[in-house]
Amino acid sequence: MDKIELSKVDTILDDHRGKKDSLITVLQKSQNELGYLSKDTQKYIADEMKIPYSKLYGVVTFYSQFHQKPRGKYIVRVCEGTACHVRGGDKVLEALKDELGVDRGETTKDLLFTLEPVACLGACGLAPVVMINDESYGRMTPESIVEVINEYRNKN
Amino acid sequence: MKEYTAIKELPYYEELDFYKKQKRIVLQNCGLIDPEKIDDYIEKKGYQAAAKAITQMKSKEIIEEVKKSGLRGRGGGGFPTGLKWQFAKDAEGEKKYIVCNADEGDPGAFMDRSLLEGDPHKLLEGMMIAAYAIDADEGYIYVRAEYPLAIRRLKKAISQAEELGLLGENIFGTEFNFKIHIKEGAGAFVCGEETALMASIEGKRGTPTSRPPYPAQSGLWGKPTNINNVETYANIPFIIDNGAEEFNKFGTENSSGTKVFALTGKIKNTGLVEVPMGLSLRDIIYDIGGGITDDKGFKAVQTGGPSGGCIPAEQLDLKIDYDSLKEIGAMMGSGGMVVMDEDTCMVDVARFFLTFTQSESCGKCTPCRLGTKRMLEILERITEGEGKKGDIEKLEQLGKVIKEASLCGLGQTAPNPVLTTIKYFRDEYEAHINDKKCPAGQCDALKGSYVIDEDHCIGCGQCKTVCPADAITGKKQKAHTIDPEACISCGACAEVCPVNAISN
Ligand SMILES: Cc1cc2nc3c(=O)[nH]c(=O)nc-3n(C[C@H](O)[C@H](O)[C@H](O)COP(=O)(O)O)c2cc1C
Ligand code: FES
Repeated sequence: MDKIELSKVDTILDDHRGKKDSLITVLQKSQNELGYLSKDTQKYIADEMKIPYSKLYGVVTFYSQFHQKPRGKYIVRVCEGTACHVRGGDKVLEALKDELGVDRGETTKDLLFTLEPVACLGACGLAPVVMINDESYGRMTPESIVEVINEYRNKN
Repeated sequence: MKEYTAIKELPYYEELDFYKKQKRIVLQNCGLIDPEKIDDYIEKKGYQAAAKAITQMKSKEIIEEVKKSGLRGRGGGGFPTGLKWQFAKDAEGEKKYIVCNADEGDPGAFMDRSLLEGDPHKLLEGMMIAAYAIDADEGYIYVRAEYPLAIRRLKKAISQAEELGLLGENIFGTEFNFKIHIKEGAGAFVCGEETALMASIEGKRGTPTSRPPYPAQSGLWGKPTNINNVETYANIPFIIDNGAEEFNKFGTENSSGTKVFALTGKIKNTGLVEVPMGLSLRDIIYDIGGGITDDKGFKAVQTGGPSGGCIPAEQLDLKIDYDSLKEIGAMMGSGGMVVMDEDTCMVDVARFFLTFTQSESCGKCTPCRLGTKRMLEILERITEGEGKKGDIEKLEQLGKVIKEASLCGLGQTAPNPVLTTIKYFRDEYEAHINDKKCPAGQCDALKGSYVIDEDHCIGCGQCKTVCPADAITGKKQKAHTIDPEACISCGACAEVCPVNAISN
């Protein structure tokens, strides 16, 4: 953890030190600040709250709300359903992997995009389909999806 | 002075079919008061019941009144509330807790949410009375994190009540002290189960523990604890204000009062309805709900979410209360009610609910962790057209064992959607397995290829454009055809056809 992150977590911890029942609250607030809970963050919180790291890890992995890896600002969902597949969805996925430099389930270094292949999105008439957060993009080609990605990049 | 004339065409609220058969006790103020203003609540006789209970009644009298009202837990199980309070009152201990279960995890249920967002003070008042009755001085509300507005409004309501001295120390000038905290869930369905919920409040993994000991003996941090659902607490002010007898006027002999249902699915009027117990499903679905959308045929109604069951048309006249639903293998649950029409595949419905419980199983006990997985595998095989003879019997047997051997309510009820659909719609399972057909036409793997009715086709070519498999040929203005070999049964063509000439 760098200094800024450390001070953010410390501020959160200040309200809760010594109260073991606050663990989930501390984790929620830390994730809100940092975007995810890295191993370092988890270990630091465990030490400061005097809770075994194994216990804390058990809590983090139990609740679906907690993420141990950074997630992008934009979640890119690529459809792998039948209709999208026969219409070249696999090529769109490949293009995305190349363009973003990540594999399925991974997040780009700049924390902008997380790539998540999914089963049918229920928009087969528009195959192949990609969804970025709540926005759908139909009839994608390996070329057009790159344009879409660039639009998002330019927004930032 | 300006004269006002009544506008005849505008019906009164009570005259609308949707409201005619409803009776609003719990939702009485929802939508009518500003939930962020405590004055609005007080104007509607708010906190009068608490004042009466705390300044004029002994705790024994309160518990007796709640017992007499026959109020049963609205969180699903239907345990008598007065009796539960009695256990907590009788438990030895200096320190006791009140907990409110606002985890509402059933997909398709939003009763508690509306109450938390629409009338938060009613819940606080109910909890105050319960705390006074069992000698607790601290309370927790466990709300799922997916309800940010509810959390905001609750926090505001608590601080308003504190300002007026309705929460805090020496409430109403008595010895009674009470404070309320809010805990946010972190996304785990099993945390709605009471022992798991309390583990989660304590900051641990939310896995259930076996009972006994019950929370009334050893709950939060090992102290005697009373836990009730949001709607249960929200009934308390009415009972104390008006007396158990008045409350008993609604409902059936063993299930008094009203119940809030979240009416959804293929129905014309969707939304929250609060009705006296004992109304029939037909009343709710046809009179209040206005019947099925597109005037299609009714097939089933699912109550109780993933722990409940599917009720077929033969049972439409069933008078619903806790016991009648249990008798037919379904459950009141928290009050979700999903209506299904003839286009719904019951095997697929069972698969859907089991996918949910399977992924939410906490994994602590084997029957639930592995049993639901095996059941789900069989159901997936059946919907994919790979069903085998004997599958139905295997499902029934697995379901029975899981119900009996699981540690908590999640596993004990998880097979219900499967067992009730087998009981009432066995022929649909058989059609999938023996004839490799999905009668409702929902299971993709069992769908035949699509065909175009040449007499109706206008040759617009829209289907050809959308077909992802390039399986459609034909000249403009001429009838088109689908190559059955190339068709992947995605249905995109049928969706765009302007004259509904395509079917499978
Ligand atoms: C898997 C599971 C999930 C549950 N979810 C909820 C829930 O979301 N809300 C609720 O009030 N009760 C839920 N319950 C029931 C609680 O365990 C408990 O019975 C209830 O909070 C008691 O309150 P009541 O007596 O007022 O109904 C659930 C039970 C199980 C087994
Ligand atoms: S297969 Fe991609 S949207 Fe259905």
